[in-house]
Formats: sequence, C-alpha cells, structure tokens
Amino acid sequence: MLKRVHYSPSLLPYLLVAPQVAITLVFFIWPASQALYQSFLIEDAFGLSTEFVWFENFIALFKDPIYVETFWRTAYFSLAVAGLSMGLALVLAAFADRVVRGATFYRTLLIWPYAIAPVLAGALWVFMFNPTLGIVAYALDALGIEWNHKLNGSQAMLLVIMAAAWKQVAYNFLFFLAAMQSIPKSVIEAAAIDGAGPVKRFWTIIFPLITPTTFFLLVVNMVYAFFDTFGIIHAVTQGGPANATTILVYKVYNDGFVGLDLGSSAAQSVILMAIVIALTVVQFRFIEKRVEY
Amino acid sequence: MIENRPFLNILTHLVMILGIVMIAFPIWITFVAASHDPIRMTQVPLPLLPGDQFFTNMKNTLFGRGLSGTEIAPVWLMMLNSLVMALSIAIGKIVISLLSAFAIVYFRFPFRMGFFWLIFITLMLPVEVRILPTFQVVADLGLLNSYTGLSLPLIASATATFMFRQVFLTIPDEMLESARIDGAGPMRFFWDILIPLSRTNIAALFVILFIYGWNQYLWPLLITTDTSMTTIVMSIKQMLESAEQSPEWNIIMMTALLAMLPPILVVVFMQKLFVKGLTETDK
Repeated sequence: MLKRVHYSPSLLPYLLVAPQVAITLVFFIWPASQALYQSFLIEDAFGLSTEFVWFENFIALFKDPIYVETFWRTAYFSLAVAGLSMGLALVLAAFADRVVRGATFYRTLLIWPYAIAPVLAGALWVFMFNPTLGIVAYALDALGIEWNHKLNGSQAMLLVIMAAAWKQVAYNFLFFLAAMQSIPKSVIEAAAIDGAGPVKRFWTIIFPLITPTTFFLLVVNMVYAFFDTFGIIHAVTQGGPANATTILVYKVYNDGFVGLDLGSSAAQSVILMAIVIALTVVQFRFIEKRVEY
Repeated sequence: MIENRPFLNILTHLVMILGIVMIAFPIWITFVAASHDPIRMTQVPLPLLPGDQFFTNMKNTLFGRGLSGTEIAPVWLMMLNSLVMALSIAIGKIVISLLSAFAIVYFRFPFRMGFFWLIFITLMLPVEVRILPTFQVVADLGLLNSYTGLSLPLIASATATFMFRQVFLTIPDEMLESARIDGAGPMRFFWDILIPLSRTNIAALFVILFIYGWNQYLWPLLITTDTSMTTIVMSIKQMLESAEQSPEWNIIMMTALLAMLPPILVVVFMQKLFVKGLTETDK
C-alpha cells in the first residue's frame, strides 16, 4: 500500500496526518475510551461518589428483562427492515434491468428517498398514518381496520419498519441494479438459447451471481437499521407505546440523556461498539470475497 | 433485451410505475399538504390533489413567525445553519482525508501503519455509540451552540481516507518520478498532479458527504440548545410535537419539503456523481 516510489521520512507527513489524527483522538478515541471506563463505574444518585465495579453494569444489563427484550426487538426490527427493503429493491432492480427505453428516467424517480433524512422520512409516514387526520389511516378505517400507532404497539412497530425500509429501498436498488448490469450478457443469452425463460434465468443465473452484493447489502442494511433509524423512531413513536419500538440506540440515548443513568448507558454504548465491530469485520470479509469474484 | 416478450415488457413497465408510485406517494402527500390552507388541512379526509396556497405557504414558512405557540427560529435561518453545517462537514472531511491519504500513500515514515489503523478504527465508532462522552468532550471544549461543535466532531472519516488512498494507488508511479525530475516538491506534486487527477472522485464524494451532513439529526439535537443554531432537519421533531396542540400541517409539511429539497436536488441533478460516490465509498 506504500508507493514503490515515495518520499523519505521528514516532518511533512506528520503535519499532513495531524488534523485527522487530532480529530480522531479528541472526538473518537477519547470518548470511546471514556465510555469503556464509565461502563465499569457506578455513580450514586447524587453524583457525589463513583465506585469501580468491573462488569456489574454489564451483568445488570443482561439480567434486566427489559434490556434483553430490547436486544431481541432490535434484531427483529433490523431483519424486518433489511428483508423488506432488499426484497422490494430486488424486484424493482430485476425489472429495471429489462427496461431498454426510459431506464435513466425510472432510476431517477426511484433513488431520491436516499436523500431524505431519516427523521423527515419518519415525519412523512407519521403524517400519512396520523390516527385522526392521516390519509392512509382514513383509508384503512374505511376498510374496517382501526389504526392507532400511539396505542397499538405492533402497529407502531410496523410503521417504523415501513418508514425505515422505504428510505433504504433506493440504496439497495442502485446496488442490485449495478450488480445485475455487470453480469455478462452472453451468459444470459446462452441460457435463453437453451430455452430458459426469464423467471428461470433469474433464479438460476442472475440471483446466484449477485450473491456477494446481497450479502454486502445485508450487512449495510443491518448497520443502517441499528444506528441510522434513530431519527425515524424519535419522530414517529419516541420508543413507545410502552417501549414497543425502543431499539438499542434509542435506549442508549434515553437512558443517558433522559434517564441520566451514566454507567448503564456507557455499558450499552460498549455493547453497541462490539456489535459495530463485529458487523464491520463481517463486511470486510465479504468484500474480500467480492474482489475474488 | 434477450428475446421479445410483449407481455413481459408491459409487466415490466407496470411494475416500475407501481414501484415509483409507492416510493413517491409519501412525498406527493407532503407536497399536497404544503399547498393547502390550514383550514382544509383539518378536514377529514385530507386532499389528494394540490391546492393553490403553495407559494403563500412557502413565504409564510420561510419568513413568517413559524408555528403559533412555539419558539423556534425562522426557517430561512435554520436552512442557513444546515447549509453551513453540511458544507463544513463535506469540505472538512474531504480536506483532511486528502491530506492524510497523501501522507500514508506517498511517504515512508515511522508509525505510518499506526496512523492508518487509528483512522481505520473511526469506521467502527459511529456517533450514535459514543454520544454521551463525545457530548461531554464538546461541552468541556466550550463548543456547544457553535458551528465548530456541529461539524468538527463528525469530520474524521475513514471511508473518505480509504477512497482517496485507493485513487492514489491507481495513479502510475511515473507521475511522481517525472515530477521529481522536473524539480517539484511534495506539496507541489500534491496540488498540481494529485488533486487534478482525483477531481471527479472529490466531486462524487462531496455529493455524498453533503447529503450526510445536511441530514445529521442526533448530533445537532444534542449540541444546540440555542434556537438560533437549530438546523432545519431537527426542527421537524419540535414541529411534530407542537402539532398536537396546533395542527398547522400545511406549515409543518412545507418545512419538511424545504428540509428535503436541497439533498434531493443534489441527487437528481448530480445523479452520475452521486451513484459513483455511493458505489465507491462503500466498497
């Protein structure tokens, strides 16, 4: 990774990396190590004394049924978001791959939700599903379905999943389409000559060949659902009703800034960091495979 | 096109149109809501077709007193704050990543790999997992309610550094050799050869980072308590809360529309760069 032709040691390279290293140390490494340190402390109710307690905060978390429940809820939420948005994107990309005329036009109209902030996506969906005014809630009511995500926990969950998936379809669509377009036409033509219809070609040729992209997107979508959906949940449900939509990130924020339980919040941050690191490692392993392919 | 199947062709366009309708519906509803007067927006069922109050609402939202009964900054000021934040994040990230990628690829110096790994680690520490301690650091530095506090902690980026590293590695070694023969120093080489050669990559990255910066939500929410420093994206939440008392949905949805307009324009008009940036940074 170093160039064969390069400059010899001097002061200059240190000056060049200095800004980035300084910011990384002050705003990344230091806070992260603080979180790690605080996760081993318990502070009394008045903040007067702190006690070093080793893994007590972590043990308390995993003994706490609410936390364990949040953990599984987050897993369910992120799998649902990834599944829904990737499924929709796959169908759209498979058809877009066939379009000869107007391909750019369709692509343009499909990719813009990517540019919308999660909290705005949440605002749009909460407006459509507003129990008293919302247009979709009104239509559902006409169909005999009573919609009130402020009271009904599973409806609230469904709403945040839909809003989160809606925003991510654009991203998945772009990657699926790029992967499909990079498959050599000759392979597909050969299959067509052998008598394979479009559906069969999709399942036996296109889908297996885009597997690396699918895995890559799965990881990216999980990360997205874990962390970037904070805004959606904050705007739509604030984790409610009765914690029905509280996911891990939301709980870190809530326990730390609202509940001011620093030790527990820090321990939760550390668990989240472990999850990100695991996901990043998985992502990089798949990317190495992708290079071979 | 492999073979001619008229039925499948019709189905293809049908599915695409259905997909677009599904994707665009929430945005259409927002646009419609932003174009009616407040009284119409309280009558069930809400309209599905736009009204004639679009520009009146836009004027009232941008320069008016905002929602009744709330103390928030005027929308134009929030958009300005968002713009400053988005630009500082995008430009800051690009500048520091260019410099550090240049150092790591073109210089041999002690602790080179140490610095590389230090930057790499930031990939694993998104702001959401280190909220509280980062907030404490920024508060201790006295950066609350400032543009520096809004942008600086988000500026370090491993992805941008990786991307520039990748770009620099594809530039032939002969470039540096000939520059040296012609007597150019390292910074001269950086300015006159590396920067022009990576121009499209810089532009593509800028598009992605601008959207990233504009859409920041949790960080500004924590760091700004002063209403004059709020960004437009975070104001939506406050407006949704006040909608419980005074449901001026036309104003709220107009604000939402204004908040999403700049990044959408960037995506639509710089689509090529956007797609390039998206696929290259995430590799």
